[in-house]
Amino acid sequence: MTKVTLTVNGRTVSGDCEDRTLLVHFIREKLGLTGTHVGCDTTQCGACVIHMDGCSVKSCSILAVQASGSTITTIEGLAGQGELHPVQAAFKEHHGLQCGFCTPGMVMTAVDMINREGGKLTEEKVRAGLEGNICRCTGYHNIVKAILAADAEMASGRQAAE
Amino acid sequence: MGVEGIGARVTRKEDKRFLTGKGRYTDDMIVPGMKYAYFIRSPHAHATIRSIDASAAKAMPGVIDVLDGKQLQADGIGNLICGWMIHSKDGSPMKMGAWRPLAAETVRYVGDAVAIVVADSAGEARDAAEAVVIDYEQLPAVTEAVAALAAGAPQIHPEATDNLIFDWQLGDPEATDRAIASAAHVTEIEIHNNRLSPNPMEPRATLGIYDSAEDHYTCYTTSQNPHVARLVMSAFYNVAPENKLRVIAPDVGGGFGSKIYIYPEEIVCLWASKKTGVPVKWTSDRTEAFLTDAHGRDHVSKVKMAFDADNRITALKVDTIANLGAYMSLFSSAVPTYLYATLLSGQYAIPAIHANVRTVYTNTVPVDAYRGAGRPEATYLLERTIETAARELGVSPAELRRKNFIRTFPYQTPVIMNYDAGDYEASLNAAMQAADWSGFAARKAQSEAKGKKRGIGMSCYIEACGIAPSAAVGSLGAGVGLWESAEVRVNAVGTIEVLTGSHSHGQGHETTFAQIIAGRLGVPIESVNIVHGDTDKVQMGMGTYGSRSGAVGMSAVVKALDKVEAKAKKIAAHLMEADEQDIVIENGEVKVAGTDKALPWFQVALAAYTAHNLPAGMEPGLKETAFYDPANFTFPAGCYIAEVEIDPETGETDIVQFVAADDFGNIINPMIVEGQVHGGLAQGIGQALLENVQYDESGQLLTASFMDYAMPRADDLPSFKLSHQNTPCPNNPLGIKGCGEAGAIGSPPALINAITDAIGNNSLTMPATPMKVWQALHAAH
Ligand code: FES
Ligand code: FES
Repeated sequence: MTKVTLTVNGRTVSGDCEDRTLLVHFIREKLGLTGTHVGCDTTQCGACVIHMDGCSVKSCSILAVQASGSTITTIEGLAGQGELHPVQAAFKEHHGLQCGFCTPGMVMTAVDMINREGGKLTEEKVRAGLEGNICRCTGYHNIVKAILAADAEMASGRQAAE
Repeated sequence: MGVEGIGARVTRKEDKRFLTGKGRYTDDMIVPGMKYAYFIRSPHAHATIRSIDASAAKAMPGVIDVLDGKQLQADGIGNLICGWMIHSKDGSPMKMGAWRPLAAETVRYVGDAVAIVVADSAGEARDAAEAVVIDYEQLPAVTEAVAALAAGAPQIHPEATDNLIFDWQLGDPEATDRAIASAAHVTEIEIHNNRLSPNPMEPRATLGIYDSAEDHYTCYTTSQNPHVARLVMSAFYNVAPENKLRVIAPDVGGGFGSKIYIYPEEIVCLWASKKTGVPVKWTSDRTEAFLTDAHGRDHVSKVKMAFDADNRITALKVDTIANLGAYMSLFSSAVPTYLYATLLSGQYAIPAIHANVRTVYTNTVPVDAYRGAGRPEATYLLERTIETAARELGVSPAELRRKNFIRTFPYQTPVIMNYDAGDYEASLNAAMQAADWSGFAARKAQSEAKGKKRGIGMSCYIEACGIAPSAAVGSLGAGVGLWESAEVRVNAVGTIEVLTGSHSHGQGHETTFAQIIAGRLGVPIESVNIVHGDTDKVQMGMGTYGSRSGAVGMSAVVKALDKVEAKAKKIAAHLMEADEQDIVIENGEVKVAGTDKALPWFQVALAAYTAHNLPAGMEPGLKETAFYDPANFTFPAGCYIAEVEIDPETGETDIVQFVAADDFGNIINPMIVEGQVHGGLAQGIGQALLENVQYDESGQLLTASFMDYAMPRADDLPSFKLSHQNTPCPNNPLGIKGCGEAGAIGSPPALINAITDAIGNNSLTMPATPMKVWQALHAAH
């Protein structure tokens, strides 16, 4: 057992885990944050995407002990209590989710995409950027629409702020 | 149409919890004292079990117990069953081989469950499983249905000679043969429908909790139909009587058919919870999902379509071999029979049809319903055949279809179905216009100038949804009735709970079902809650599949709501001293028509519960239940057009346009319906271009991960162009037909017709991978 200490959604948390424990299992089972999902065992589906030190990471592809000391945001911490981040709001508005299982990973990937390329996203870029996230329900049509809408909205928000 | 009522694009009530990580899926359940199960599975496609030695494993850290099939049998747990009886044409019943939840003597596919380890952690359970020594004696295996029927093939179940489960037919063989013999033209084609893995993104999971004080079981499970699960586990598997078994299907992350069935894991975890005295949870990993979730499709068919000199179809003859895998799954026998051959008339008036279907055991994962279930197989066969005929006859594919469309309704096909309403030409015209069909030649020339091959293809599908009239399916062999139940519970303050036997696993029932109530009563949608997925809360239900939630589930809600309204009107008439006939309910008020007399909805509800002043003899309360048994299937139909550009150097297909024109009857929420079509299209396109379950000759599954099985990803797909036509269904109160499967049914033939058009070679099987397309293209030139 090794002690792991992380800052998760703004709070410092620590817990013991086996060396082989994946970060996603630590988040789900030790921290009880079950919004981060496991959809595969080969790092293909993206249901487990979180942000680690500001970048999107598949939390099934990293050990909890490797993540020790880092700052993590999960889907539960993306917006304030009872609020929706603009990307979450756009997914609702454009029906970018059905069963909701891929959704946390999709949203975290989308936020990262907008953080990196905000204002410059195109349908093609969004589709390419979703390469590591699989959705079986939506055919991606409305996910792409939602991400482009959120990007436009966030870009106009930035402009207004400038 | 109100802002929140029927026909409105209401955003979903359930979204917030999913978007903020607050969904509650089965694997999210963590209960005190819970332990983890790991299933030990056969690594062989076919073998006998000589011995199992778990002594070393039981001594390992964290291990609670290791349990096997002999113990399960000793405790009287029953075998898994197929719930739809099919008789062969010689009158003999289908040959159902035993499927034990844990195999005790013989394993019949890679992944067949043999034993279960229960331990403190999932890791410890997996470690201990490695230490269980199982001595197998390998037997020869067979994975292809055609090979399994051949003389000398390995025998999989003693009950089924030559691995034949049944040899069934539908239609008139003599009339069909006569029409073919006298035809002006006969198109012949062999059709393969590739085997698929459903792959909902949430893997299956179950949590079994036994309470010894009450001798009661609770089963959390990833199910599309928790009540059916409870019924089957009680009546057939002997887990517990229904009153001692609660099944809860909480948020479920997609199903597509694969979560209809009751699998060994639910049964075994419940039993193991009693044996070990602790709650036992199992969560499938993705590899296990590929190895154990029921697969879909896997048909091989020979087809003859006959035409007269005027290009009218005179007959269709189909000979199909369907692979059902190693065991008969719950609805497996219905899929290649009554959900398939009954749709072989398509949208066309065909005087004579004959289908012969042989189903076969192989050493592969059991095959059952997957999105569309039989209907995609029928549509693919028919739409590739008619397209091929158009090419052979030298007529346009649209004109050949148009000429043969059914135009008067109701229409009785020669294969049981009675189509109630439709306008096939409307969808064809809408699709051709949206696709700019007439501009195709110019676009093709542009592609050619760039050295690319361009093709266009269509498909006109029909499906049967809203399953199904109970007496009709009963007479065809179904073990259950396919009605639905609902309860509309008005609280004393006027808010409303709707309890439904339908189950939502992505379809948005919490919104659409609430829209019906909000629209009818004029109350805010927030005041309506939908309750589903728990056998302790909802009286009974048959679950969600075959687009039955709208046509059947919502109809039950409407029926219960009718009763609630009738009672509310009686109460209001009494309170306002008016005639009951004059009472109307609108905008959240119960009014006397033509006057300014009105009571707010909540006040009528309150009056029902205070019961201080009710009409003489009326029971207090405002809560009604209903069971709705549909009068017929519903028949959604439409036309899809795919346009592709192919790179002759690489064989890669680019879908440059995909048009879907669907007639779903009335629509409750267009946003949700479009989402269903998008998702169906992605799965159909996946089948046509990417997905394929592949076994090697020894029966090892080669495609058991997302690295080997090509799931459609965002950059494999275009954005889609959709439109809706509407001929309301005359057979249910809402006039809806259902939309869940259409995309997956109509898209594969449209795409393959487009690709074969582009490359000028009709010999192409799905999935049309770049390699296959390249080979077909170069074989043609
Ligand atoms: S669970 Fe991490 S990529 Fe699938
Ligand atoms: S919404 Fe179900 S997998 Fe994406």
